[in-house]
Amino acid sequence: MTYSPHTDADRERMLEAIGVSSVEDLFADIPAAVRAGSWAIPAPLAEQEVRSELSRLAGRNRLPEVSFLGAGAYRHLVPSVVGEVIGRPEFSTSYTPYQPEVSQGTLQSIYEFQSLICELTGMEVASASHYDGATATAEAALMACRLTRRHRIAISAGVSPDYRRVLETYCSGPGVEVITVPVDLAEGGSGTTDPTAVTEALADDVACFVAAQPNFYGQLEPMPALAEAAHAAGALFVAVVEPTSLAILEAPGEYGADIVTAEGQPLGIPVSFGGPYVGLMAARMASVRQMPGRLVGATRDVQGRKGYVLTLQAREQHIRREKAASNICTNQALMALAATTYLTAVGPEGLREVAELGTTQARHLVGSLEAADVARRRFTGPYFAEVTMSVPDAAGCHAALAQRGIVAGHLPGTDEPALADTLLLATTELTTDEDIDRLVAALEETR
Amino acid sequence: MSVAEAPERRDASGRGAAFSGAAGGEELTIVEPLIFERSRATRRAVRFPTASARARERGAGQPELPASVLRSEAPRLPEVSELDMLRHFNRLAHLNHAIDLGFYPLGSCTMKYNPKVNEWAARLAGLAESHPLDPEALSQGSLELMWLLAELLKEISGFPAVSLQPAAGAHGELTGLLMARAFHRANGEGETRTKVLVPDSAHGTNPATATMVGYETVTIRSNERGGIDLGALRAALGPNVAALMITNPSTLGIFEDQIDQVVAAVRESGAIGYMDGANLNAILGRFRPGEAGFDVMHFNLHKTFSTPHGGGGPGAGPVGVSSRLEPFLPVPLPVLLEGDPEEVRRNAWAGRSTPGARFILDADRPQSIGKVRSFHGNFGMFVRAYTYIRSNGDAGLRRISDDAVLAANYLRMRLHDVYDLPYDRISKHEVVFSGRRQKRQHGVTTLDIAKAILDHGIHPPTIYFPLIVEEALMVEPTETESLETLDHFVGVMRDIAARAESDPESIRRAPTTTPVGRLDEAAAARRPDLRYTFAETGAPEAPPSVPTPAAPTA
Repeated sequence: MTYSPHTDADRERMLEAIGVSSVEDLFADIPAAVRAGSWAIPAPLAEQEVRSELSRLAGRNRLPEVSFLGAGAYRHLVPSVVGEVIGRPEFSTSYTPYQPEVSQGTLQSIYEFQSLICELTGMEVASASHYDGATATAEAALMACRLTRRHRIAISAGVSPDYRRVLETYCSGPGVEVITVPVDLAEGGSGTTDPTAVTEALADDVACFVAAQPNFYGQLEPMPALAEAAHAAGALFVAVVEPTSLAILEAPGEYGADIVTAEGQPLGIPVSFGGPYVGLMAARMASVRQMPGRLVGATRDVQGRKGYVLTLQAREQHIRREKAASNICTNQALMALAATTYLTAVGPEGLREVAELGTTQARHLVGSLEAADVARRRFTGPYFAEVTMSVPDAAGCHAALAQRGIVAGHLPGTDEPALADTLLLATTELTTDEDIDRLVAALEETR
Repeated sequence: MSVAEAPERRDASGRGAAFSGAAGGEELTIVEPLIFERSRATRRAVRFPTASARARERGAGQPELPASVLRSEAPRLPEVSELDMLRHFNRLAHLNHAIDLGFYPLGSCTMKYNPKVNEWAARLAGLAESHPLDPEALSQGSLELMWLLAELLKEISGFPAVSLQPAAGAHGELTGLLMARAFHRANGEGETRTKVLVPDSAHGTNPATATMVGYETVTIRSNERGGIDLGALRAALGPNVAALMITNPSTLGIFEDQIDQVVAAVRESGAIGYMDGANLNAILGRFRPGEAGFDVMHFNLHKTFSTPHGGGGPGAGPVGVSSRLEPFLPVPLPVLLEGDPEEVRRNAWAGRSTPGARFILDADRPQSIGKVRSFHGNFGMFVRAYTYIRSNGDAGLRRISDDAVLAANYLRMRLHDVYDLPYDRISKHEVVFSGRRQKRQHGVTTLDIAKAILDHGIHPPTIYFPLIVEEALMVEPTETESLETLDHFVGVMRDIAARAESDPESIRRAPTTTPVGRLDEAAAARRPDLRYTFAETGAPEAPPSVPTPAAPTA
């Protein structure tokens, strides 16, 4: 199959206009010594053949019948209207709005996205999007280095191990040292970051302290006290949040966050084996000139009509080159549009329902597991919609249940040996009472 | 006119009247209010079920969320009906130009047709609903797809190894330079090799990436033929140079015809050769960078392999590397743990699964630079790219480059008498004109020309880039535009050149048929307005500027 519209006659006409006899002549500038040898690319497929191949691969995945897996990517309802909007070719087959006169749809929707993210986070300015939550967090940490002119970063061990790995990689670039502040992971412990430990870890050369709410283990961190500890050392406070939780949890802007980042996937984006997702970043207006990524601003046209443009581009790579705030160019605009349409579709009430259903089912899950005596909570204190449970031989149980199409969450022990016999179980509004019954029954049978 | 009436004035093609090229006067005031201005308290779209009594009862003993962590005021998200929101976003959609609506020769961005079967594939439930941390036994289809795509990219590029993880081209650059640095460190040269050479025609992401990795950028000038100046390159190479980043074909749309000597000089100096693969779509089957001696290249799946650009993303920027950089690839890598690779490939090309084949994600790579993104990358883009490569196959991939290069050279020959061509030689997939003649002789700038193109329902070329061309107009027609479209574009460009001479004011006034006219970018930067400001009492209850939406006529 080919998507070229050209007939042989068209090609002849073009060759003639160019004044060459064959298309080979147009590649004569490739030195003979480095011209491509043969390659082993399979033959073209017709649409029905390529569909069959993709169906084969999709069919080789076995979607779980019941899943409590989260750990950074969450299955939520994606309202039909979200798919309808992002499927529109005017959004999906356009590019970065370099020509604002014919890009007002994209530009206004990004302005709305920025407004929504500010409103959710309680911050003053939000970027037009990043690759994902992990890279947004890494970029936020480097932004803190530029703002404070300091070259070390501290991060709570309660932030996702995946985020911490990406942060390490990004920081290795400019040679920024990363300090990890421990979390109380003991059986019956708080499962959170101790503000005193933050105070002890933060010397006067640390640019920021990064903490997650809720944290990777589902626990609610003492964010105001962590912010205070960071600020006392002259460091900025970076809050990594879960966006649906902000329907009911305190906005980071209220507890002193200087930069807020999040994985926006829960806002209307399928889990899709890890991407594409969308990274959210919000900050204070005073720091906007050090913010990475595109920004859209409102302005007027020559006739005084309101319109939107890419703005403050003097921060960006195509203008500043080696002096840019980041190398980011392509972002995740279509995924940001998914988040915008999701937040619009669910509204304040719907987002609250999502958050409350998730927490209600998490409490239901814990109550049921403990009543059946197959698992008990690892930590004390409040949790959100994900919870760490102690289960004897967690890895064995997890594998046995997977055989039966039940994914018993994530195994935190793969990254954190102290949590070897625990399961990290997530619930959302899609978790049914029957899902919980099936998990409890399956764990009872493995006992 | 009112907002609500805007959709009624669409022409038969469904496009806004503003794009028809014939509208004027009050049709220009197509404005859609912000979604916040459509909000009415308690109006709703999507609803969720309520929790069962049993769920509340069983969870009753659990710790309550303390008041200290709760927010006092709900976020002021819009409150709208599903129809109202759908109309809002549909109307916004009508304000966009897009490939599916018209010609989009935006140089360097490869705005070609995005086949719809790719979208069908990415939405298959078995793929879209696959969780990145699902046990490997449940994810064999996703892992096989990633492995097969990497195998194909290896064949296409001539590199022995590929990582799919980087989320965009610039992200691939970051990954590539981090690997280059890890390589030098492993050889004890991490401290001495501190500079990255970048030609003056390079994308801005190249020097910005070098800075992110802690490298100093040294700019290498181009020669009078638009290629890298080999003498300047040789003079700059030395024991303190970590890498050369070179785009080939260059941003001038020109193949570096001394590329063999460039690669040899870089290799000899001990530096890493990085090829920016943004323009790979011009050379499929003609030049394989890995085979030619480069160490690393990123692919832009959203350019060469036609995943949709989405208004600015998502893209994907996998990297291919030479064997000496392979140990440093990001983790995890999908690998075939059990099974014969040759047999698995052969079966897959025939549409069959291989019994007993088992794929895993290998994170046990001690020299890896680590992770550059959460999970495994932009998987949805991998699905589309794999579908695209399999659809095109061997012959189709070659045809992509042949036809893209043919179209660019055709435009070059049809327009070079009216627009200056600073580098007048065979081009690859794009051609860079200069509007300097129009500027000097008639006071019409390249920006004016771009705005005049808008009035013809065509997206303008990339302008003012590359930086080394005065008043640059960078045209990339792509292989999917018919000869009729190309000829129409030629007509438009010639007409604009003629009008620049006869009626320059008409060009400077453009555009006149778009939803808004030229926007005041300086004011936007001077007084940044980056978010909606709520009225003191919250969302406005009934702003007079928002009329009741009327039903659009078919």
